[in-house]
Amino acid sequence: MIRVSVTGAGLSLALTLLLTACGQQSPSSGGVIRIGQVSPLTGPQAHLGKDNDNGARLAVEEMNARGLTIGGVKVKFELVSEDDQADPKTGTIVAQKLVDAKVAGVIGHLNSGTTIPASKIYHDAGIPQVSPSATNPKYTLQGYKGAFRVMANDVQQGKTLGEFALAKLGAKKIAIIDDRTAYGQGLADEFEKAAKAGGAAIVGREYTNDRSTDFRAILTSVKGRQPDLVFFGGMDAQAGPMAAQMRSLGIKARLLGGDGAQSQEFIKLAGAAAEGTVASSPGLPLDKMPGGKSFADRYSAKYGQIQIYAPYAYDAAMTLMEAMVKANSTVPAKYLPELAKTSRQGVSGPIAFDDKGDLKSGPITLYIVKGGKWNALETVGGTAAAAGKK
Amino acid sequence: MDIFLQQLVNGIVLGAIYALVALGYTMVYGILGLINFAHGEVVMIGAMVALAVIQVLVGSGVPLPGPLIAAVGLAAAIPVCMALGYAIERIAYRPLRQAPRLAALITAIGVSIVLQNAAMIVWGRQYHSFPGLLPATPHPFAGATVNDLQLFIVALAALIMAGLLWLVHRTRLGRAMRATSQNPEVAGLMGVNVNTVISLTFVIGSALAAVAGIMVAAYYGVAHYFMGFMLGLKAFTAAVLGGIGNIAGAMLGGLLLGMIESFGAGYIGPLTGGFLGSHYQDVFAFLVLILVLVFRPSGLLGERVSDRT
Repeated sequence: MIRVSVTGAGLSLALTLLLTACGQQSPSSGGVIRIGQVSPLTGPQAHLGKDNDNGARLAVEEMNARGLTIGGVKVKFELVSEDDQADPKTGTIVAQKLVDAKVAGVIGHLNSGTTIPASKIYHDAGIPQVSPSATNPKYTLQGYKGAFRVMANDVQQGKTLGEFALAKLGAKKIAIIDDRTAYGQGLADEFEKAAKAGGAAIVGREYTNDRSTDFRAILTSVKGRQPDLVFFGGMDAQAGPMAAQMRSLGIKARLLGGDGAQSQEFIKLAGAAAEGTVASSPGLPLDKMPGGKSFADRYSAKYGQIQIYAPYAYDAAMTLMEAMVKANSTVPAKYLPELAKTSRQGVSGPIAFDDKGDLKSGPITLYIVKGGKWNALETVGGTAAAAGKK
Repeated sequence: MDIFLQQLVNGIVLGAIYALVALGYTMVYGILGLINFAHGEVVMIGAMVALAVIQVLVGSGVPLPGPLIAAVGLAAAIPVCMALGYAIERIAYRPLRQAPRLAALITAIGVSIVLQNAAMIVWGRQYHSFPGLLPATPHPFAGATVNDLQLFIVALAALIMAGLLWLVHRTRLGRAMRATSQNPEVAGLMGVNVNTVISLTFVIGSALAAVAGIMVAAYYGVAHYFMGFMLGLKAFTAAVLGGIGNIAGAMLGGLLLGMIESFGAGYIGPLTGGFLGSHYQDVFAFLVLILVLVFRPSGLLGERVSDRT
């Protein structure tokens, strides 16, 4: 008995020592500051995930080129990219991996479905997180002090889309399809609310998933309800083939989507059927963004075509790193107040957070495909004009 | 009624593709008693190889007619898949032929993962758009529409299946295949080269897979490295539904499964008053698999395998 307890005590002592040793490793040790970046780097959204990764990487490289000192130490930021496969389960695994790797902050995730479960892990570890593109309202409603996003959320976007569909597209009978992810479903629900409030009839609600390419069965049943507009809440990898299949089934209704569909990839996948599709995207069109032109040049020199979220990933990374510079510390507890107080001009527009961590007054822009390209129709809300003055 | 007809069209086209893939599962199972889980990946490789060739041809700027480009893609994909099918059997399955069946099954899953990841390395992780080379002129009839591509898929699938039935039941090779499936030892004693027959079975199945791969890619307009996985599972279900090891069964099972999915996704919402929705589309296939395994394990047309199983 005694022997056992002695061994136990020894073991616990060793463990305590070990834990203390680990605890002493602060994120800023050695002058290398690790910043996590999470997005789907494999699977149907890999092109978007890589886009985010590149955007954040560009920010890190530009920051390093400035040769910064934080807390008296010359520092170098290092981007640690993880692949969450757009899968909530994998999202939490890689979040834990980043926590274990002692990152100073996280850029990500891309999808709402992965961001929301992962945010609890970052919150518990006290690591601030700035998502470039998670738009589901729940993300910032959990009361986590360290959860931020640099894009308007789905309540704003869904409402704008719903009002636009009724007022400008003249939709009266609407069919809604979503991909059952936190993003797609959330956006579709908000759109439905706004459309119903405006007096439109929702003639069908169909579902698919974020891996599917076959929509003929649901589109056929949509066709039977004769909608004049089909709304899809989901990503471009589904929206593209969906547009093509709508055309081949002879559905005349217009396709309307959210930011997930508003990419170059969508046009590539849908081909000629992309024409006339309308989609929204939080933020301004790239050429209207305050730093859009210069960002596009710097980005495409290194990584080629921007998909959707690269400017936001860049802004998220810059915002996080500048908060560290301002606070003169990379310890999360110390720079978090600076992050919350952020007020800076990002590439995508002015970046400031409300007390929930949502972007203050984010504008939303609607686009239409014409001649094989996305053309901005109009920008709704936000402080695009005011931003210019500041 | 027009909606019903349209779902029927959707189901038949989908079913024709399932049937073509299911044949690959069923032929191998009939002869070896092995479920070749890598078969879905062969379909994917077929689509990707064809796409690579087609992209080169389209990019070259030479004004070739679309169907010709598609035919060249197909002509390139078939031999590649045949070689791949041969290699899979020779490298992964033949050394394990006397091993317990579980070892072969695990190996099959391993081969599937290896192929999927190899394709991811070669072709990248994104969706590739498959150019619309074949005419897709819609033909309206009775309120539904059928396009040229759909007619072509069904006609080609029917032609290939008829050819396969002829091969198995009317040729020397077919007789050798049937003999091997009944009893490989005795077939060997009667002068059948069992190894050659098994290799040829894989080669033929893989050629069918290549055709199916191009059909899927052309039909949906996209190809990606994991497209074979779900397709393989569904086709396997179709093979079990019809009676695994039974060639006619695979055709019937494929067609039925395509229609079950199509009608299921189209009608479950209204029928259950919105309680269950069309996101259950993929569930139908596996629900069918469970029901068949519980109530009629030998499938609709019955298993046609030797007593080795």
